[in-house]
Amino acid sequence: MKSTLDHAALAEEFNKDEERVDWHDGALWWIRQKRDRSAHQTPQWEELREAASAIKSNVISNLHDYLIQFEENLKKNGVKVYWASDAEEHNQIVYSILKAKEIKQMVKSKSMLTEECHLNEFLEERGIEVINSDLGEYIQQIDNEPPSHIVLPCIHKRKEEIGELFHEHLGTEKGLSDPTLLTRVARKHLRNVFLTRRAALTGVNFAVAETGEYVVCTNEGNADMGAHLSEVQIASMGLEKIIPERKHLGVFLRLLARSAIGQPITIYSSHYKKPRPGQEMHLILVDKGRSNLLARPDFRESLKCIKCGGCMNTCPVYRKSGGLSYHNTISGPIGAILAPNLDMKQHADLPFASTLCGSCSNVCPVKIPIHDQLYKWRQEIVKQGYSASRKTFSMKAMALTLSSPEIYKTAGKTGRWLLNNAPFAINNKFNPWYKQRDMPDSSQQSFGEWYAKNGSKK
Amino acid sequence: MNIGLFIPCYVNQLYPNAAIATLELLQKFGADVTYPAKQTCCGQPMANSGYEHLTQSCNDLFVENFSKFDYIVAPSASCVLHVKDHLHSHADEAAATEIRGKIYELVEFLTDVLKIEKLDAHFPHKVGIHQSCHGLRGLHLAQMSELIAPDFSKPRHLLNMVSGLELTELDRVDECCGFGGLFCIAEEAVSVKMGKDRITDHTKHGAEYITSPDLSCLMHMEGILQRNKSKVKIIHIAEILNSSSIKA
Ligand code: SF4
Repeated sequence: MKSTLDHAALAEEFNKDEERVDWHDGALWWIRQKRDRSAHQTPQWEELREAASAIKSNVISNLHDYLIQFEENLKKNGVKVYWASDAEEHNQIVYSILKAKEIKQMVKSKSMLTEECHLNEFLEERGIEVINSDLGEYIQQIDNEPPSHIVLPCIHKRKEEIGELFHEHLGTEKGLSDPTLLTRVARKHLRNVFLTRRAALTGVNFAVAETGEYVVCTNEGNADMGAHLSEVQIASMGLEKIIPERKHLGVFLRLLARSAIGQPITIYSSHYKKPRPGQEMHLILVDKGRSNLLARPDFRESLKCIKCGGCMNTCPVYRKSGGLSYHNTISGPIGAILAPNLDMKQHADLPFASTLCGSCSNVCPVKIPIHDQLYKWRQEIVKQGYSASRKTFSMKAMALTLSSPEIYKTAGKTGRWLLNNAPFAINNKFNPWYKQRDMPDSSQQSFGEWYAKNGSKK
Repeated sequence: MNIGLFIPCYVNQLYPNAAIATLELLQKFGADVTYPAKQTCCGQPMANSGYEHLTQSCNDLFVENFSKFDYIVAPSASCVLHVKDHLHSHADEAAATEIRGKIYELVEFLTDVLKIEKLDAHFPHKVGIHQSCHGLRGLHLAQMSELIAPDFSKPRHLLNMVSGLELTELDRVDECCGFGGLFCIAEEAVSVKMGKDRITDHTKHGAEYITSPDLSCLMHMEGILQRNKSKVKIIHIAEILNSSSIKA
């Protein structure tokens, strides 16, 4: 699944079809505008963001204590608790739970974490079939493609392409692309899945330490249907999903859906606390790099993320390059600051896939300074030696020139320094500047030269 | 009041007229302006590429050139933001700290320090404002579209004082143009697409000129405009504000 191309190369591919880029950009911008409108209609929006950020700061600083409290309350409620340090351990736990009950099929909903852990592949190799029950994730699953967006997994696909997929996999009529009709087909198909699956796995949006309950926010209600019909209910959550008290939900639930898609609240905000009689409930707390991130003071604020996807919708680079070009389960600005923590070498390109425009930080409901973190990851990646040696060489030459007025001046006078160092000044087809842009006019006398002649007269 | 004029490297070489306009404009308001001849650059091209650790001697030179002034003014939002956020010096951190507090981008200097309310400028054209991201989200030159807060715009405030000038609208008031320093090379395809889309937004609203407090954005858009033989021009905001003295 992992592509060997970097973001720039994949984005260039994506940009070969400009009409498609415009469509993708427009679809996401429309969502950004919906977000703006609903934020404007919410009194004290900025105060809510501030509060959410502060609550999450508290959580990050006291994570250990809250996790222990949460675990105790889960156990009191009759939920089995597991701790997984990485994807492998998480997947093994899920497998052992299913195996103990001889379950061969599972339905899954609302979980980016299990996508990150590649749980489906793991279980399928062991003879267990997993069906993603959320429509977007289901579509991505039948197309054997990772999600391109954390909230809108198949936002990069047009309805005609989805129609084609359904024709191929679900036997719908060729050429059928009406979203309502397609949804009906999927629903009918999934209804049967729900009725026959004994196990259901969901993600977690908020885990309340105070009560041991967890909250799953969805629009389709599939998480609920899966959980209610199953005899084994499993929840997988990253350590950072904790909130201290139930009352804090009032802050987060108001922010989440508005930031995500401009909707006041998700259709379902389901609280799960105790197993039904005869049902088993399991909850897996997954580290997978989180404690590592906690140990990086410059980057730990990214643990505040509530996965609303707002930073993706607003990011012009995301909109014009598509989520799959980030070659990571979590794409966009938040993916670009989370991924290097997991594997700096493999994701060394992602913090550079940004203009540092800062729009992401402004929409983020928990006020993660995303663009500052992108800047800091760049420093870190270079320091760890993951940038091309050619780049390091030219940067050193640039540093030398710019720290010496004498070299700079001689270089500047002939224009040679700028011609050699500034990307926009080399007029040939190998220069990426020149491919679609003309050169600036470099024939005039510099301001420095003008000033030497005229400056003192003023 | 004595002002040190900081002219970023690429403005010095490629856009001398914007630098001259900045100097003349400040002088019109009675400021005593000096251009320290030994200046080079703020170090941003290296730092944004992940090489902040190589900027130390560049920073020291900056401190040496500019610490003696009451204010430092530059016609480039991006460079000013970089200095404000990242200028440090092993040799003299106290001086570096002082500089971070007294460096201004031209527009904010005119509105916040000189507090000018009147301008003798004439520019009879339709003009679209490109909010440079660093000027907007870094220096807060205007209200940002993502935040819920009262509307204001320092560039618009100044441009409204120019006679004959008509400001044009935009569908996306503060979207990034895609320059982004080395991003414009490393991510050429996305960078150009972003630039093209910004330009289209301006041209479909009838702009004859695109102006900005940041020439780096304008240089990128100019490259695209000229390649496509567009009649639309770019112009630094200082040249408009100083336009009574040049033939428009
Ligand atoms: S970083 Fe902020 S804006 Fe982006 S997904 Fe997370 S919470 Fe949402």
